[in-house]
Amino acid sequence: MSDAVGVILSKKQKFERTPDRRNHDFHEELFALEAAGELIVQRVSDDFVSVPTKYGLQKKIQRGHLWHHKSCGQCGHIPGYSTSIFWIMRKLGYDYDDPRDQTSCTAWNYYASATSNQAAQAAVALRNFAAAYETGYFPLIHCGTSYGHYKEVRSELLHQPELRAQVRKVLAKLNKEMVIPEEIVHYSEWLYAMKDEIASRSILDLSKIGVTVHPACHYYKLVEGDAIYDPDVYHGQRTAAVSGLVLSLGADLRSYSTFFDCCGFGFRHILVQRDFTRSFATLRKIEVMKEEADPDVVLTHDTGCVTALDKSQFATQAHERNVGIPVMSEAQFAALAMGAHPFKVCQLHWHSTNYRPLLEKMGIDWEAAWAEFQEDLKKLERGDQKYLTWADVGV
Amino acid sequence: MAQVTFDPYLKLEHLAGHADVTRAEKERLISKVMADRRFPDYLYGCYECGICVAVCPSARFYDFSPRRIAQAAARVDVDLMFQQMEEDIWECSQCFSCLRCPRGNNPGGIITIMREVAVEEGRRSAKTALEGYSRIIYKIMSTGTQVSPDMLQPDAFPDWGPEVKDVSENLSLWRRALPPETHHTTSTGWDVAESTILELYVIWLETGALEMIKEVDTGIHMILEEIMEERLEEEGIEI
Repeated sequence: MSDAVGVILSKKQKFERTPDRRNHDFHEELFALEAAGELIVQRVSDDFVSVPTKYGLQKKIQRGHLWHHKSCGQCGHIPGYSTSIFWIMRKLGYDYDDPRDQTSCTAWNYYASATSNQAAQAAVALRNFAAAYETGYFPLIHCGTSYGHYKEVRSELLHQPELRAQVRKVLAKLNKEMVIPEEIVHYSEWLYAMKDEIASRSILDLSKIGVTVHPACHYYKLVEGDAIYDPDVYHGQRTAAVSGLVLSLGADLRSYSTFFDCCGFGFRHILVQRDFTRSFATLRKIEVMKEEADPDVVLTHDTGCVTALDKSQFATQAHERNVGIPVMSEAQFAALAMGAHPFKVCQLHWHSTNYRPLLEKMGIDWEAAWAEFQEDLKKLERGDQKYLTWADVGV
Repeated sequence: MAQVTFDPYLKLEHLAGHADVTRAEKERLISKVMADRRFPDYLYGCYECGICVAVCPSARFYDFSPRRIAQAAARVDVDLMFQQMEEDIWECSQCFSCLRCPRGNNPGGIITIMREVAVEEGRRSAKTALEGYSRIIYKIMSTGTQVSPDMLQPDAFPDWGPEVKDVSENLSLWRRALPPETHHTTSTGWDVAESTILELYVIWLETGALEMIKEVDTGIHMILEEIMEERLEEEGIEI
């Protein structure tokens, strides 16, 4: 090995943050505005885990007593995603609130169709934050886009007095106070913070399960300083969300060259120009993963990414492309590892790409599990019970 | 000798297309973009390095370039910006990979603003881009959630595989087989409280968000306006 190559490799093995790249800590403005009486900061409770972010600042992740800001896409089309997040939290014994007093972030109308505006989006965010504050539970954001968008909104509110005045007037009409949480936390950050606790409850040997991770653009590209980066995961050079949990679970985390690429979701495109989404998702992500890492599963941490990567593979198979990797959230994967039912909890029958070989490799008898689920459905059809309950899934 | 005030980097007027639109009208629209509160945070001048193009998913499959967006805005090239507003901006994926810009630019954010102006002004490009999108706008504004389970219909998503048909055929039963109490819905992602939806209507009306769609989708605007005003009046909420 030449000296030059040795220098490069040693840099990669020992990551050191460069202080001058460290971004500004938004908390200074946040607490200054609170001191000036302009807003209320909802504090993280004393029961938190401290995690490292991109430029070295620590972020507090509250363990329990969380207010689940749900994702419309997860609840609507991938319901095993949100169910798995709740299931893990129940399994670990943390209390939470699953509110009806919650709208989505409505960012579809912002990023897809531009049929909303800055003030409306800020008002929606603050209405939801105020609703959480009123319950005493701390917000936990399920959707990557909501998480990224709310950080954009926070930044705008902190720096634009005119926007604060505009939104304050709207909130007054709703009899709501202006509240911004101390931290805006994504569920994948909670899973990262809880990764050792989750791993200690794993009942499966995942060492033979090859995993590739797709990081969500709106998680780590929008207001990027908040995202989790861990010197022990990818030497701190890629976000550690998802991947950190995969490593703790003992699965075989594999790399690929288009890690930083988007999934191709595109908001507008996934609905009205899916040829673009399908092309990007399969040619730039799935095929590259398959050729370079040959994983058993793709894990990601956002609604749109699961949808784009999973649903794009069916039609692409007709073109005899090299696709066919199941896709799910790391929440579903972790829940499976902890013994969650693949259909009653993880709801994998809502997914498109064949997940059965993965379950077999994980040691899960999917045929028996499907038969159990069918029995439960019969109970619902007969009217023995109206809904499947948490008691039916052991938590 | 060339005029010293001539900028060779600006789009030549005869190549900018859209001759039916006057220069004054183009300036009016572009000045709306630049007057937006977000604009100063989205543009710091362009190095023209092309990093944003290298990371842009849309640039791979469309004749689209986030660098051209930043360059045109940095040069205040009104003709080119107008052309982009009419021809390019709806190709953007809004993934914000372009935030990797070493200059701190946000071409995706500039596009967000340009799109809003195009919608508000009822530009043809916006109407074309949002064809087939009315249902989503309606869903978000009327229910507070957008991706509903009953959207999964095989005729709408034939390319998503046979599972869509399974979901559609078993929708009501499969929704009841979800343990979270808020998830037993079929027309919304979760059960949103009625009082919450009313608060959302207040937001749409107070911030002018509903008014934004008046020009681009008159039908949906009329329906939503009627629903919102009727419900708020029933509850005695004044706007």
